[in-house]
Amino acid sequence: MSVDAASRPVGVDIQESEQNRAVIEAIEATNADATVNHMPGMVRVTAPGRLVVSREAVEERLGREWETHEFQLAIISYFGHIKEWDDDEIVIAWDH
Amino acid sequence: MTLTPDKPKAKARKLSMKERYSALTRDLDWDPSYVPADEMFPYTTFEGIKIHDWSKWEDPFRLTVDAYTKYQAEKDRRLYAVLDGFAQSQGHLSLTDASYLNAMKLFLQGVSPLEYQAHRNFAYLSRHLNGPGPRFASLCQSLDEIRHAQTEIHTLSNYNKYYSGFHSYLHMHDRVWYLSVPKSFFDDALSAGPFEFLIAIGFSFEYLLTNLLFVPFMSGASFNGDLPTMTFGFSAQSDESRHMTLGLEAIKFLLEQDPDNVPIVQHWIDKWFWRGYRVTALVAQMLDYMLPRKVMSWKEAFELYFEQQMLGGLFQDLAYYGIKPPRDVGKAIQEKEHLSHQAYWILYQFSHAAAFTTSVPSDETLDWLEEQYPDTFPTYRALWDKEKKNVANGGRHFVRGLPQLCQVCQIPMGFTEADSPFTICQRSVVFEGERYNFCSDGCQNIFEHEPVKFRQAWLPVHQIYQGNCGGADLGDVMQWYGMQPGDGGEYLGSPDHQNWLRWHAQADHSELGED
Ligand SMILES: [Fe+2]
Ligand SMILES: [Fe+2]
Ligand SMILES: [Zn+2]
Repeated sequence: MSVDAASRPVGVDIQESEQNRAVIEAIEATNADATVNHMPGMVRVTAPGRLVVSREAVEERLGREWETHEFQLAIISYFGHIKEWDDDEIVIAWDH
Repeated sequence: MTLTPDKPKAKARKLSMKERYSALTRDLDWDPSYVPADEMFPYTTFEGIKIHDWSKWEDPFRLTVDAYTKYQAEKDRRLYAVLDGFAQSQGHLSLTDASYLNAMKLFLQGVSPLEYQAHRNFAYLSRHLNGPGPRFASLCQSLDEIRHAQTEIHTLSNYNKYYSGFHSYLHMHDRVWYLSVPKSFFDDALSAGPFEFLIAIGFSFEYLLTNLLFVPFMSGASFNGDLPTMTFGFSAQSDESRHMTLGLEAIKFLLEQDPDNVPIVQHWIDKWFWRGYRVTALVAQMLDYMLPRKVMSWKEAFELYFEQQMLGGLFQDLAYYGIKPPRDVGKAIQEKEHLSHQAYWILYQFSHAAAFTTSVPSDETLDWLEEQYPDTFPTYRALWDKEKKNVANGGRHFVRGLPQLCQVCQIPMGFTEADSPFTICQRSVVFEGERYNFCSDGCQNIFEHEPVKFRQAWLPVHQIYQGNCGGADLGDVMQWYGMQPGDGGEYLGSPDHQNWLRWHAQADHSELGED
């Protein structure tokens, strides 16, 4: 029943707050197959294989500069592997 | 449309995250010249783990001291703003019910002291791991964990002003029977070597089981009007994503460094999955029984956070290295229909010796449980129906004797067989002439691997019988535990319950209308 890394779901749980709404919207816009679920106090975004948080997409919605480090204030948990976290994007995906 | 900021020109002058990380975190390392490396790092060889190149350790967060402190300070600012508002507005009165706080008593007594212990052990790793990458990640985690301990104590101290059971939690943590379950779990990790600790706490606890442990508490808080706990919980959890990453990087690093590490790591995964899973029995009963307004059942949480995300996601990834799912995972899956019912039934009958209260579940809860567990709950419901009759006849049930404990997880023997789910499971092993008892094959296997360690276990029941817990009767032991009248027992009629009714009767002023 092994499923390859490209289709196994990855996801992130984000605190539900005014400030994070732009982040969540940006993730939805960046990841076409993302699914968003609301749970008490938090929002869970999942996607098959790969989930990208893009600085540009967040800044567009926030109307101000946003550094990817700020994502640490929003994230509650994730599943998958943080493949990349640089100035421009955060990528969550499985390795194998 | 929203304004698009100008492409930040200033960025060009700054170092990129990657460059800053390598300059400020990794480049500050040096090779010792006055002493050999193994004298400087004496603890990273005895466990048999082979590391050839510490620079291969990845840290995707790429944190530097300035970025770390900047964001942590912001997290604390947000939390304390919420705490102030809550205290000023008598926020405790908007909880769903005073009985909700039993979950928080358990959290403060059982979990917050573990945060402090995690702080200590990560401080040790931040000195003793050879590579600067994992040392710095451990330093950050060490500071996070003491922040968690402090903010949890601070947050819950608001309830200590009005409710029983929140005082003396540290004193209790070291002495009380049900708290020896989380305490002995963590002590086992603290007394292991640095790599086993990383797999035990960094990987198994923080990555594999963290969502099962913390998210239910936080969502439960959110659903039951406990804004401060939800806020500290999410504040702590935001650090947790870094801790999960440290755990995952640790395991990948060990597996990639040398094929000889694989069987050692596999054994630790088997052991620590089961150790951690047994501790989650306390969470399972909290979710299904202690929360007045339910969030999700234990079964649902287990399926989502463990079966789908970990078995369906993570272990497929680790299979690449030859790692298999934890040995006793099948038993945990079978137990998901039983665990919370068995755990709460134990706590219900022993809460006269605890610093939280229990009660027969309401009819609404019983119906909800039957919906969630259609195959198994009818059998447990029959127990509660019988107990309701006892209560109606003035005979609320408390066990007067002392239970036998599992030598490894220290939970009273109340779990059942996988193939016969209503028969109590009991295993035992004779080691050097003495018999040791276990709740499960999982716990027995752990003992057989390290009998010399686990025969030293401080089992609360044995200690009482040996006269080490203040005396021979319940009152003596309770006093030695630091418990006060009203901390435990039945919820209905308890001081918390009576105060709650009084405060709410005062608040609605309905008696004024009648005059
Ligand atoms: Fe923590
Ligand atoms: Fe942690
Ligand atoms: Zn056990």
